[in-house]
Amino acid sequence: MQTVFSIAIDALAYGMVLFVISIGLSVTMGLMRVVNLAHGAFAMIGGYIASYVARDLGMGYAAAVIAAVVITIVIAIPIERLLYRRIYGQPELTQVLMTIGITFCIIGIANYVMGPTLKTIPLAGPLQGSADLGFRAISIHRLFAIICGLVVALGLWLVIEKTSFGVKLRASVDNAAMAAALGVRTEFVYAVSFAVAVGLAAFGGVVGAELLPVEPYYALRYMVTFLVVVSVGGAGSIPGALIACLVLGAIDTTGRYLMPEFGEFFFYLAVIAIICVFPRGFAGRVT
Amino acid sequence: MKKIILYALAALALNSTAYADVIKVGVVGPFSGPFALQGKNFKAGIDAYMALNGKKVGSDTIEIIYRDIPTADPAQSKALAQELIVKEKVKYLAGFYFTPDAMAATPILKQGNVPMVIMNAATSAIMKTSPLVVRTSFTTWQTSTPIAKVAFDAGVKKVISVVSDYGPGIDAENAFKAGFTKAGGEVVESIRIPLATNDFSPIMQRIKDSGAQGVFAFLPSGPTTLGFVKAYNDNGLKTAGIKFFAPGDLTQESDLPALGDAALGIQTTFHYAVSHDSPENKTFVDAAAKAIGNKAELSFPAVGAYDGMHVIYKMIEATGGKQDAEKAVEAVKGLSWTSPRGPVSIDPESRHITQNIYLREVAKGTDGTYINKETKTFEKQGDPGLAATK
Repeated sequence: MQTVFSIAIDALAYGMVLFVISIGLSVTMGLMRVVNLAHGAFAMIGGYIASYVARDLGMGYAAAVIAAVVITIVIAIPIERLLYRRIYGQPELTQVLMTIGITFCIIGIANYVMGPTLKTIPLAGPLQGSADLGFRAISIHRLFAIICGLVVALGLWLVIEKTSFGVKLRASVDNAAMAAALGVRTEFVYAVSFAVAVGLAAFGGVVGAELLPVEPYYALRYMVTFLVVVSVGGAGSIPGALIACLVLGAIDTTGRYLMPEFGEFFFYLAVIAIICVFPRGFAGRVT
Repeated sequence: MKKIILYALAALALNSTAYADVIKVGVVGPFSGPFALQGKNFKAGIDAYMALNGKKVGSDTIEIIYRDIPTADPAQSKALAQELIVKEKVKYLAGFYFTPDAMAATPILKQGNVPMVIMNAATSAIMKTSPLVVRTSFTTWQTSTPIAKVAFDAGVKKVISVVSDYGPGIDAENAFKAGFTKAGGEVVESIRIPLATNDFSPIMQRIKDSGAQGVFAFLPSGPTTLGFVKAYNDNGLKTAGIKFFAPGDLTQESDLPALGDAALGIQTTFHYAVSHDSPENKTFVDAAAKAIGNKAELSFPAVGAYDGMHVIYKMIEATGGKQDAEKAVEAVKGLSWTSPRGPVSIDPESRHITQNIYLREVAKGTDGTYINKETKTFEKQGDPGLAATK
């Protein structure tokens, strides 16, 4: 029984970290219809900035998180204006080529500027160490990641479903020309959602850095996992992504505990099975 | 008469240029991509050797030609080796970070009449594929065997082994198991985990549940090791008194700043620590740090490359700059010298390097940086791997 609880806790923590990083990608792919393979690269930029601020400047974890999100968005804005704007509404292949190109450029720059070694983000005092749950110890940082995931999920859901900006966003996605005719500034809406998605990527990169350490190949190393989460959850759906992360986290963690030698077999088996039953993911919309 | 003298002089001039050759050495390694740091260390070691010993052997000038192979890719490695031999006319092949890359290139050595000096690839079996291979790095067997004795002597009788599921990991698992059971201990469980593992918490739970007193681990350095060591601390294994043993690949110097306090006290056995205390090593570290630009990036492939260059220089000396692979290899069999890592020699039979293996503990150095502090020496260790796989 203890083991079951233990696995459940690990699964929840891992799933939430996945969620925080992947949800930004779900937004770009589902709402903006851009296959953004550079998502991991933005998460990595966030991680690097946080590491620089917290470790080299010694400014504390909270400052590092804020700086990472803000600066990554500032870096992303010109990229959106100059590059991404050209690929909105283009065929997927064009988008894939463009964004993978951006990814390789960012990897090269990161390698040149920050060096090839691992970078860590020193945690704030209260987040260090482990908490005793009675039957096992878990690092406090993981509990923090779980809370972050829940807050992000709730916040995004409220913005998209309950605010006027959310209405405009959904309108622009469904029919950009009609939305524009009705007075919605679609370019502005797209720019803001792109910034939010990038900000979430950066945030995820920082919060998830304990599990997925920051190094130049971060941008590619974990991209497949992020894409899997989005496709299993259904692009653009926040509840879908949340369910996908929890299910995949549970399967991955259980498989790893019981039969580590099978590797990611169960993870991908589950992905195949889910996609067979739900071709658009758990909560994908018919387009 | 004048004319004859002129002709004679001309002939002499031509002749002497024929002897003062440029000898090309082709180095294959990961100079870009995820393993670029290791390639950078190759280059630092080579540059350091040439800076300290000159670019000339006799009257011949040595020229290094680098070829990049970002990840393990046997087909590409063979193609590059072929190109180096046929087009660039290299007389020596060197480098090779990954075992599959080295294995792919060995079959063409004989026809190309070119010896190969392996500066890293650490699987025992490579040496069997061609008599023209010499290795100046280490094998996983060589570095993993002594740690078994260390673990047993520390009073740990039950160990669980956790390795990444790939060649070197399996080598390490076997080497440790052989050494540990021989000492009288018991390996209660052997877990192989996939290379692409991000979350190690379930593994830690497994280790706890197994009731072992210690864990032996082998994982590729970088993100994997960092995640593993962090999970080891976060899940309370360290506080529970479960001891951590590993070969030194896990705590290579370039990763130590990232591992930080989490790694303090981890015991590893390895052939080289940048902090090794000897005048030879001081000279080497100064030169290599200058070559690599940042001392914090220096780690073990640099010393493999440095000694590899030493072997190549000796080969060139022995053959007088002529292309004769067999004679070159024959000349360095039994060669012994003082390397930055300590006294070493080339075993005449296996052509692998015999060297000291050191027990080290991650500690804070006097200047606040993290180092692998050598605490014990296992002298003149050969490669037990070849014998074990026979």
